[in-house]
Amino acid sequence: MRFKDVFSIIGPAMVGPSSSHTAGAARIGRAARQVLGEFPGIAEVTFFGSFAATYQGHGTDRAIIGGLLDFATDDHRLPDSIELAEAGGMNISFRQGTGLFPHPNTVRLHLTGRDTGMELTLTGTSIGGGNIEIVDIDGFSVKLTGNYPTVLIHHMDYLGVLASVTDVMRRGEFNIGHMSLDRKNRSGAALTVLELDEPATEALTGELLGLPAVKSVSVVDLNRKPQEQEGKEETP
Amino acid sequence: MNFRTLSELAVLCEERGLSIGELMLEEQSAESGRSTEQEFATMKEYYGVMKEAVHRGLHEDTTSRSGLTGRDAQRVAAYNAAGEPTLGGPAGTAMAYALAVSEVNASMGRIIATPTAGSCGIIPGVFLSCQERFGWDDDVMVYGLFAAGAIGYVIANNSFVSGAEGGCQAEVGSAIGMAAGALTELRGGSPAQAIHAVGLALKNTLGLICDPVGGLVEIPCIVRNGFGAVTALAAADMALAGVRSVIPSDEVIQVMLEVGSAMPEKHRETAGGGLAQTPTGRKIMQNLRSKK
Repeated sequence: MRFKDVFSIIGPAMVGPSSSHTAGAARIGRAARQVLGEFPGIAEVTFFGSFAATYQGHGTDRAIIGGLLDFATDDHRLPDSIELAEAGGMNISFRQGTGLFPHPNTVRLHLTGRDTGMELTLTGTSIGGGNIEIVDIDGFSVKLTGNYPTVLIHHMDYLGVLASVTDVMRRGEFNIGHMSLDRKNRSGAALTVLELDEPATEALTGELLGLPAVKSVSVVDLNRKPQEQEGKEETP
Repeated sequence: MNFRTLSELAVLCEERGLSIGELMLEEQSAESGRSTEQEFATMKEYYGVMKEAVHRGLHEDTTSRSGLTGRDAQRVAAYNAAGEPTLGGPAGTAMAYALAVSEVNASMGRIIATPTAGSCGIIPGVFLSCQERFGWDDDVMVYGLFAAGAIGYVIANNSFVSGAEGGCQAEVGSAIGMAAGALTELRGGSPAQAIHAVGLALKNTLGLICDPVGGLVEIPCIVRNGFGAVTALAAADMALAGVRSVIPSDEVIQVMLEVGSAMPEKHRETAGGGLAQTPTGRKIMQNLRSKK
């Protein structure tokens, strides 16, 4: 089922004007920010399909950047996100993409972390009513909605990795609702995505990082309350 | 959720002796792992946002950033009060309220997507006007929102709720169906009657394209919300009077999927056709571009 609960139909609470082109775009941006795990110093945004045709009218550009600042869909600062991001040192460019794309509302983000220089390429689709699917992360096929706390594990394709991951989950009492694994090639780099019923804790990510063959772990949770800016803008 | 279709939903309600709204609250709690009290409270908060949006749309400046729309809800409300409206009465109020919320959305105000932002006026328009008229308290309305959500959940999973996928029928059409079914239940109709209301309403919007001028959620989205609220009231009345959707509502949803899938891309939220590409629509788009 593409839509899993009542609040994907009634909701989200959001700043207008479009649930797919504004709220959904903000959620894709926010998911990307959480995967990257830091403030993006460079954000290259490529729009496809209906996104490309109408992004200015719908504020899709502002919504994506607002998401990259970790704003929620009803954050009143969304309309001013581009100015806020640039003030924080984000170098932003928008392009209209060509070629094949998976959904009429598709955006591809290429981000470079400001502090670590880490890069991320992520493709997201906005499927209606503010609901999204992240379909590609660094060339790995995924299916990530952000509705549930989601753990992303970059690891090497190695016998028994999944068993050790699920064992950590079982011992920590984290129930897995959805799981996917994609690998570049046999014994090569792989990405496992787990949607959990409970929010992921630091203890959990720490333990996962300690497993052999695991290279990095990130957590996406779009229901998580955004960090409130205190006093001055948290160079978000 | 333990149902995939509207007919399964009706059977489940009957088996458990629950209304659609009550059933959806239980199903939601089971799905999320949060208590029914928590889920109810979240929905109640959302209803508060809807009320606030109606109020803002009736009293504040809702001129959109493009300057193309705004204050139409206030025009309709004033005409309802002072003139001799043909529609008038509760339907006129529902229409004004629906316009109000849609105009708040277009001016980048805060709304609840029901099921989308483009169609966010219909459910608040129907719910608030009927609440005032029938004196229902907020808790009754919150159950109504769960009922609307259950109907929307079925439509979304069997067809679509975004204009880019299925045209305006998927957004405004779905919202009218949701509002009509929920209102039928609120007025004392059975789950079966509520589901007939959904089918009756959906049939009236099949084929509606998504052709926003300049790509903005303004023209024709806002007035379609006003019309949509009135249609929902009509569909609920038909269902309560005993009119049935001879083609079962689940089959109507499949028609929406068929029609939307066959819809050309230019009529699915790309501003590449329809009203957006009329001579005036094109001129407006050019003016918007040169303003930037």
